[in-house]
Amino acid sequence: MSEPDPDFEPRQLTPEELKARKRRNLWLGLSLFAFVVAILIITMIRISGTGAVPRGGF
Amino acid sequence: MTDQPIISDVRPATAGDYVQLLKPRIMLLVVFTAFVGLVAAESVSGIAMHPFMAAMATLAVALGSGAAGAINMWYDSDIDAQMTRTATRPIPSGAVPREEALSLGLILSAASVMLMWLASNWLAAALLAFSIVYYGVIYTMWLKRATPQNIVIGGGAGAFPPVIGWAAVTGTVPQDAWILFAIIFMWTPPHFWALSLLAHKEYEKVSVPMLPVTHGAAVTRRQIMVYTLVLFATTMLPLVTGLGGVIYGATAGLLGLGFIALSGRLLMTRAGEADATPTENKLAAGTFAFSIFYLFAIYAALLVEHLFGLSIPVSELLA
Repeated sequence: MSEPDPDFEPRQLTPEELKARKRRNLWLGLSLFAFVVAILIITMIRISGTGAVPRGGF
Repeated sequence: MTDQPIISDVRPATAGDYVQLLKPRIMLLVVFTAFVGLVAAESVSGIAMHPFMAAMATLAVALGSGAAGAINMWYDSDIDAQMTRTATRPIPSGAVPREEALSLGLILSAASVMLMWLASNWLAAALLAFSIVYYGVIYTMWLKRATPQNIVIGGGAGAFPPVIGWAAVTGTVPQDAWILFAIIFMWTPPHFWALSLLAHKEYEKVSVPMLPVTHGAAVTRRQIMVYTLVLFATTMLPLVTGLGGVIYGATAGLLGLGFIALSGRLLMTRAGEADATPTENKLAAGTFAFSIFYLFAIYAALLVEHLFGLSIPVSELLA
């Protein structure tokens, strides 16, 4: 494995790139939250036993 | 910190770029046909899914379609960059790194299959997983660059959504579900070949063996005609099994004859040839556009019949 370069400086992100990254993280967070809520509701429906029933069963 | 110059040869990705990675137009057709399969299954089997579960199963199909689209864009980014029609896609335009598209595709694949399993059953989840692999691996990584039959065999991937919708409700895939599969399977070649008649030079440039590239435009126009006739026969099957009623029969019959007429006219032209007139090429573009409307319309007819209980079997009308 090579030694890390002590003079290495990571590239600075432009303000637009920082803004885009922030927006993307926000969307990722919201999507993840929505997914978790969906799984929670699905679990509740499955426990109640009404996932798929004969017509007129709800 | 040093005053290092800012290297910015790529534009930052927008939400729209990630949506583009998921191929939203294909997703729309996939979701619609899956929903029709789901509604028809409820109507035929008498089993009703909980509305939230049905919504989640439909969402799972959408996510699965997007996942396959992202994997396709990841793998095809080399040839996409060389074709005018695809050069502005998120990866070749530099907005989204290739690895990110692959990660998105893999994560969405896993999430969609898991969501489908939880919302419905293992069979629907397995079919969804298979259709993602079919499109993302079998079609994209193998068939597309290997054989002029790529569209014919690969069309199976796009034909799965109504079967998945059906399986989500009943946990089975009966004959009617496979008829819905067969309609899309037979529709895909004439639909796509009409477009490839116009884009064959681009496919030639990147060595993708689409039918017009390997066998020429005349053979392609003939194949469009043959497949349109077989498609017409296939769309009559729901009338035999009772899946489709009078509304469906009238829609599929009239629009099917329209599709045959367009394919017949296309056969008589030199569309796709080097010396084709703009009017002849316009007819190929028109056939492509009509084919999209055609599939939406016949599936919409089935949806209306099953959603609103308007299905009158043709046998009853004749009795």
